Amino acid sequence: MLEFLAAALIGLGTVFFVAGTVGLLRFPDIFCRLHALTKADGLGLALIALGVALLADGAGEVFRIALIWFFVAVAGATCGHLIASYARRVKAEADDD
Amino acid sequence: MTDPVLVFDLLLAAAVVALAVASLSVRDLFMAIVLFITFGLLSALAWVRLSAPDVALAEAAIGTGVTGALLLKTLHHLRYVTGTLDRDPPPSVTPATPVPAPVIWANAAFCGLITLGLAAAFLGAPQAGPGFDPLVAEALPASGVEHPVTAVLLNFRAYDTLMEGVVLLAAVIAVWQIERGLSDAPAPALGEIFDGFARLTLPAIVVVGTYLLWKGAEAPGGAFQGGAVLAAVGLLLLLSRLYVPQPAHRGVARWAFVLGTGVFAGVALLVAGGGRVAFEYPAEHAKTLILLIEALVTISIAVTLAALFHGREPVALPSSGGKKDA
Repeated sequence: MLEFLAAALIGLGTVFFVAGTVGLLRFPDIFCRLHALTKADGLGLALIALGVALLADGAGEVFRIALIWFFVAVAGATCGHLIASYARRVKAEADDD
Repeated sequence: MTDPVLVFDLLLAAAVVALAVASLSVRDLFMAIVLFITFGLLSALAWVRLSAPDVALAEAAIGTGVTGALLLKTLHHLRYVTGTLDRDPPPSVTPATPVPAPVIWANAAFCGLITLGLAAAFLGAPQAGPGFDPLVAEALPASGVEHPVTAVLLNFRAYDTLMEGVVLLAAVIAVWQIERGLSDAPAPALGEIFDGFARLTLPAIVVVGTYLLWKGAEAPGGAFQGGAVLAAVGLLLLLSRLYVPQPAHRGVARWAFVLGTGVFAGVALLVAGGGRVAFEYPAEHAKTLILLIEALVTISIAVTLAALFHGREPVALPSSGGKKDA
């Protein structure tokens, strides 16, 4: 039962990754693409981490998976912010010229 | 019905080769670096599939993380000196004069020689059989550590590991000599969010790096992996400008560069004598000595990689009139 639940969660997480990838390939500009990527992989990774945590044997492993999820999510959000602010700044400078 | 894992492995192998080709053939340098980083991450995954988690950790931390950061920093510097920083779209940095044909041919010849050497080693190795596993397993109790890879790297083949430290040392000496007097590209302002990110992750990276070092005695991990992770602390400090290299810090930095290699070589020579040769640690102190060497080598690797990322030696430039804020 636990395995099925875990597989379902991991599968659902993968769907979010695929959706994010499609968004990255199909959306028109950098901000839309970033939106698709950061939202999709943040939620996708959370679901996959949850699924893997169900299969982990022990509190230590669950804790490490939670830490990995937390830091990847924070790093992803920060990178998204950095790329978006850089793109905005460069665009503003290009408009000034 | 084929094995799904085999399909995954074949796809992974094809992707690694395709990314390598793409990274070499694409003209835009930024794209080449991004492809190289992706290549490194998939290579790390390939090492995991080959049941070599130590190599995977090293590939992910050094081959991908630190090298990627070094390449991006170099590109930033290139765009600065060519005056193409902050342009949209960033024009690809292509050399004004094409690379001379003899250089291309010399590079091709050396790469070809290395490929031939690898092919000869692969074909010359016994294709079946246990390899060195039984030998290592037999000698493991005498090594002082429980993880076979650490036993090989820090004990049985310690000389190779010492030389890897020397290579890093040589690299940082060369960089400090060559980049002397070059003006520095201004560090990009990364903003409050990045500073918050740095403050949040710095303590965690210190813990992870130390954990990798400590864990190396009994499980995958060790000096190079821990050192590369700790080097990320230096990168974050430099990028968020929480630490600005000063000319007065050069003495400490120089000591930190040679600390690991120096102590490693010193211990290796000092244990010689009384019927032992160099690198032959006395069995009762082997674990202590290995941990001491690994800890100091880790510090040296971390400081050296961070210094390589910073690039030039922090000297006071006459033109900028005093201390340099990099």
